[in-house]
Amino acid sequence: MLRLPSFTYLQPKVLQEALAMKADAGPDGMYVAGGTDLYPNMKRRHQEPRTVISLMGIPELAGCEMRDARCVVGSCMTLTDLSASPPVRRSAPAVAHAAELVSTPLLRNMGTLGGNLCLDTRCNYYNQSYEWRKAIDFCMKKDGHICWVAPSSPRCWAVSSSDVAPVMVALGADYVLVGPGGERVVPAARFYHNDGINYLTKQPDEVLAAVRLPAPDGWDAVYHKLRRRGSFDFPVLGVAAWVKWEQGAGSRERGRVVEARIVLGGVASWPQEVPEAGAALVGTDLSDEGVAAAADAAYRPAKPMDNTDFDLSWRKQMTRVYVARALAELGQRRRAAT
Amino acid sequence: MASGKKPTGFRVVGKPHRKVDATAKVTGVTRFADDLFLPRMLFAKLLRSPHPHARIVSIDTSKAAALPGVKAVLVGKDLPIPFGILPVSQDEHTLALDKVRFVGDPVAAVAATTEEAATQALDLITVEYEVLRAFPDALDAVEHPEPAIHDYADAGNIHKLIDLEFGDVEAGLAQADVVREDLFFFEGSTHLPMEQHAAVADWSADGKLTLWSATQTPHYVHRALAKVLELPAARIRVIACPNGGGFGGKSDPFSHEIAVAKLAMVTGRPVKVTLTREEVFYCHRGRHPTLMWVKTGLKKDGAITGMHFKSLLDGGGYGSYGVASTYYTGALQTVTYHVPQYRFQGARAFTNKPPCGPKRGHGTPQPRFALEVHLDKIAEQLGMDPAELRLKHLVPPNSLTANWLRIGTMGLGPCIEKVVRGSGWTQRFKQLPYGKGIGLACSSYITGAGLAIYWNAMPHSGVQLKCDRGGGVTVFCGSTEIGQGSDSILAMIVAEVLGLQPLDVAVVTGDTDLTPVDLGSYSSRVTLMTGNAAIQAAERARDVIALHAGKKLETPIDRVTFAEGRVFDVQDPERGLTFAEAVQLAEAAEGTIGTVGSYTPAPSAGKYRGAGVGPSPAYSYSACVAEVDVDPATGIVRVPKIWIAHDVGRVINAATVMGQIEGSVYMGLGEALMEEMAYRGNRNVVHKIPSLLEYKSPTTLEMCDVVTYVVEDPDPNGPFGAKECGQGPLLPVPPAVANAVYDAVGVRIDEVPITPEKVFKALRRKEKGEAGRFGPTAFPDIAWPEPIRVPPPWEGGDGRAVPGGARPGLAPGVRRR
Repeated sequence: MLRLPSFTYLQPKVLQEALAMKADAGPDGMYVAGGTDLYPNMKRRHQEPRTVISLMGIPELAGCEMRDARCVVGSCMTLTDLSASPPVRRSAPAVAHAAELVSTPLLRNMGTLGGNLCLDTRCNYYNQSYEWRKAIDFCMKKDGHICWVAPSSPRCWAVSSSDVAPVMVALGADYVLVGPGGERVVPAARFYHNDGINYLTKQPDEVLAAVRLPAPDGWDAVYHKLRRRGSFDFPVLGVAAWVKWEQGAGSRERGRVVEARIVLGGVASWPQEVPEAGAALVGTDLSDEGVAAAADAAYRPAKPMDNTDFDLSWRKQMTRVYVARALAELGQRRRAAT
Repeated sequence: MASGKKPTGFRVVGKPHRKVDATAKVTGVTRFADDLFLPRMLFAKLLRSPHPHARIVSIDTSKAAALPGVKAVLVGKDLPIPFGILPVSQDEHTLALDKVRFVGDPVAAVAATTEEAATQALDLITVEYEVLRAFPDALDAVEHPEPAIHDYADAGNIHKLIDLEFGDVEAGLAQADVVREDLFFFEGSTHLPMEQHAAVADWSADGKLTLWSATQTPHYVHRALAKVLELPAARIRVIACPNGGGFGGKSDPFSHEIAVAKLAMVTGRPVKVTLTREEVFYCHRGRHPTLMWVKTGLKKDGAITGMHFKSLLDGGGYGSYGVASTYYTGALQTVTYHVPQYRFQGARAFTNKPPCGPKRGHGTPQPRFALEVHLDKIAEQLGMDPAELRLKHLVPPNSLTANWLRIGTMGLGPCIEKVVRGSGWTQRFKQLPYGKGIGLACSSYITGAGLAIYWNAMPHSGVQLKCDRGGGVTVFCGSTEIGQGSDSILAMIVAEVLGLQPLDVAVVTGDTDLTPVDLGSYSSRVTLMTGNAAIQAAERARDVIALHAGKKLETPIDRVTFAEGRVFDVQDPERGLTFAEAVQLAEAAEGTIGTVGSYTPAPSAGKYRGAGVGPSPAYSYSACVAEVDVDPATGIVRVPKIWIAHDVGRVINAATVMGQIEGSVYMGLGEALMEEMAYRGNRNVVHKIPSLLEYKSPTTLEMCDVVTYVVEDPDPNGPFGAKECGQGPLLPVPPAVANAVYDAVGVRIDEVPITPEKVFKALRRKEKGEAGRFGPTAFPDIAWPEPIRVPPPWEGGDGRAVPGGARPGLAPGVRRR
C-alpha cells in the first residue's frame, strides 16, 4: 500500500504556540488542518514535512461570528459546517454552496475552509506517486526541472482547484493572516499568484486565521462548477459570478448592474478574474445580450491546459456556457425578487 | 439406486436469500488477504519499470540488500521460468528477465521487516536500461513490426491473427437488399475492484508452500507456482481469500503472487504484498481497446443474409487471456439474430501498456456495442422499429449457429417484449422532445466456457460433501467467492436437495488442499458448473440417507422426502426422522457419509481450429432500454433510467440475481459514459490517471434507476435450469445508451465512452452540415491469413474446416437456407 512517511505530529492549543512550533521546526515544518489535501500529497511525496503542526485544536481558528455586519469565518471551520452555517448562508450563500460542492461528504467533514483556500495546485503530471513521476523524470513542481504541460514554459501550470477561492475573490472577501510579525489583512485576490509553484502570497510561517466576508450591500453571487461526476471531483471549471445591483431603483425598473466580477476556477494557477467580463455587465440588467457579451469575454482569456480531466478545448468552450448559466441564475434571482 | 422423492416445488431455490458470507462482510469479520498477519512476517514491494519498452542492461541490488531491515532482493534471473494463463502465451516472467514491456512491469522484488524499508530499498536498486521504441497503440503496432515487443507473434507486433469463414459471405451479401458498413471503437477500461490485490506466502520448515491470495483462479495459480518455482504441486497449497471484487482482474497468475512465494522460500519467513491502487492499474487485464469494422447484408424485412466482422484489439505488453479475448470479439455475433453466412477476422496487437485480458463480458461487449448500434442504423435505413427488427429474426432455441454454437433455451424474445412494454417504447421512441431519447439494445453471454484454459479431459468442477452425524453438511468446492455469491449458491443448492436451510450447510471453498478443483470464477461458469456438481453430490448423499431412512420408517424409498430438516414419508409426513437421525442411521450402516459430484460440459459441436472459444452449456440473453438526457449546449449525457430484462433460465438466489443484473448495468454505464484507460503516448506511455480519483467511474449520483425484469425459461443444462446473470446484463448497456443519444439529439457516437466532448463535437459537425458523428474513420490493412473455412450446419458438414482454397457447397447466388 501507499504509506505515509514518518513525521512528528504536534497539537498546539493556541495560535501563538503554533507559530512558535513552526519557528522551531523551520522549513521542515508544515501546518495542517483537516489533512485531506496534505496527507495524500505526503503519501505521494509532494510535501515531505518532518513536523506537522495541527491547527484543529486552536479555538481562535474555529467557528464564525458577526463583526460590524460582516461575517468572520475561522479558517478551521470544516466545509460541512461552513455549508450549513446560518450566518454564512445568510451573508453569502454562494460560499456555503461552493463549500457544499467540494469533494465528498466524508472529506468535507474533515476538510476546512482554510485548507480549501490554500489547496495545493493540481496537475495530472504532479498528483502522481513518486514512482510514476520518476517515469517521466519528474516535473518542476517537485523534484524536476520541466513543466510537462508546457515544456517550453519557464513556470509551472498546475491548476488552482479550489471551489471556495473563486467565490472569495469574486466577493472581495478579506483574509486575515497571522504570522510571527503579527496580523495582516489581504484582499482574497491578492492572496493568490498565477504560478503553479508559488501560488500563494502567504509566507510559509503565516497562518490563514480567518476570512471576513463582505457585508450585504446590494450584491449577489453564485458559483457554478463543472466536473465529471456529482461528487468527488475537483472542478475542471468553476465560475464565481458577483454583481452589485443599482440601489434605490424603482420597482418598475429591474435595476442595473453597477459593478460585476467574474472569477474562474480550474483554468489557471490562481482564481482567474476576467475584468472584461465584469465590465461587459455594467449597466446591463443581465438580460441575454449582456450575458452573452460577458460569457464571450470570459471565454477568450480562459486558457485551460491538458492537465486535468476532460479535453482542454471542450473545457474552454464550456467557459462560455457556464458563465452564461451563472449570470442567468443571478438575473432570474433578481427578477424573482423584484 | 432408487432415489428419494423430490418434494413438489422449491423450498430454497428461487427465493431471495441473505448471502452466507453477508454478515461477516458487513461486520468486518471477513478476512481478506491484506488482513492476514503471520508471526515474523516480512513485507514485499516490487520495483517497476519506468520505461514502456527497454532492454535491461544491468541491475545492481547490492545497496538495497545492505539496507537495514531488508531480508531478500530478487531479480528476473532468480525466477527464469516463464508463465502465463494460456498455454499458448507463456510470455510473462515474475520479474523482467531481459526486457520490460510497459511502465509498471515488475523488475525486482524486495522483502523487508517493514513496508517502509522495502519501499526505501526500491530506490537503491540501480537498473541500466537500453530504451527501445515504444508502441502506444494497436495501429502503431500494426504499422511497425520492429522492434518486436515479443519474440513470438503471428506477424511482427501482431500477437494473434484469426480468419474464420462460415459459408460464403460475399454470396450472402450479394443477395441482400441493403448492405451497410460501419466502424466502431470501444475504449479500454479496467475492473476497479474495491480491494487492491494482496497475497501472503508461507514456506514451512518441512518444505511446503502456502499462498493466500486475492485470486479468482486458485487452480491456475497453483499450476503457475508449481511451474515457475519447480515445486511438486502436492507441496503447494493455494488459498483464495474472499475477493473484494474481481470482475476478471484477478484471474491471471500474477508476478506479485509468485514473488512473495519465492521470497518466503528464500527468507524462510512469511511474506506479504499489498499492491497500491496504481499497481492494480498495472496488473490491469481489463477490457481490450478494440477497433471494429462490420458489414452486414439484409433483406427488406431485416433478415440478415451475411455478416463480415473485423476487430483489432490493443493487447498491451503480454498475452494474458488475449488469444481467447480475440476469438471472443468474433464468437457471439451469431447467437442473437440468425446470421446464415458469417466471416470473422480478428487481430490482437502487442503494445507497450499494461496487458489487457478478461473484464466482465470478456471480449464480447465491444462487438456487441458495434453490432447493436449497427442494427439501430440499419433499422432506421429500412424504416423498421429496432425492436421489431430484432424480434423478427431471433435465433431459434435448440439450434446451431453458423459458427457451430449450440443454442439451448433462448429467452431474448420475452426480454425484448418486457423492456419495450415497461419503457413505453412504442409511445416514446422518436417521439421525445429534443434532448431526450431512448435506445434499445440486446445481448447474449456464455454460461461458462465450454473448454478449460488448458486442454484436459477432467471435470471443470468438483464438489465433495460430508454429512455430519449432528445434521450439519459441509460442501467442499474449489470455487472462489468474489462477491458474486458463489458460496451461497453451493449452500442453497445442497440445502434444496437435502431439505435443509442454507445456513445449515457449511461451505469450504477455494483451497487447493481441501477442495476439489473448480476452474475458477470466470466466464460466468460457477453457478452452472459448481451447481451441477453440487446437485450430483447432494443427490448421491440423499440416496444413501433415503435408503436407510426408508428401512427405519418402513416406507418405500420413493416416498422418502427431505424437507425442513426432516426425512419423512411424503404420504404420511408425521412418519419421519430428523435429518440428523437419518444421517446417523446411514453412517451406522455404511460408515462416514461423504459423496462427490462433478461436472464436465458436453463436447462442443464445432471441431475447427478456434472452435474452443464460444461454446457454452447455455447462453443467457438480455434486452435493455436506456433513457438519456443530452444537454446540447455541453454534450453532457445523463442516464436517468434503464429497463433491463435478463433471461437467467432459473433464479437460484433472487437477491443475488437482482444484485448481479444491477451491478452489470452499473459497470456498463461506466463504460458507456466515462471509463477510459488513458495513456500519454507522447510522455513515455505512462498511464495518465492511475488513481481512484482521476480514473472516472460513476458514483451513486451517476447511477440510474434500474427496472429489472427476470425472465425464467429453465435450461436443461443448468442446475434447476439456471443460466448466468453476472456478465451478460452489462453488454446491452453501452449500445442502448449510444442509440438513445441518437434518438435524443440525432448524432451517432460510434465509440465509447460517450463523453461530453464527443457529443459536443458531433453536434457542432452536424450544425456545420457535416455528418453528425463521432467515431473511427478507417480500419487498417492487415495481412490476414488464409481463412479457415467451415461450412455452417445448414450446408452440411460436421463442424470441421474444409481444405483451404475452394469454397464448399453451392455456387454463389444460390439460396442456402
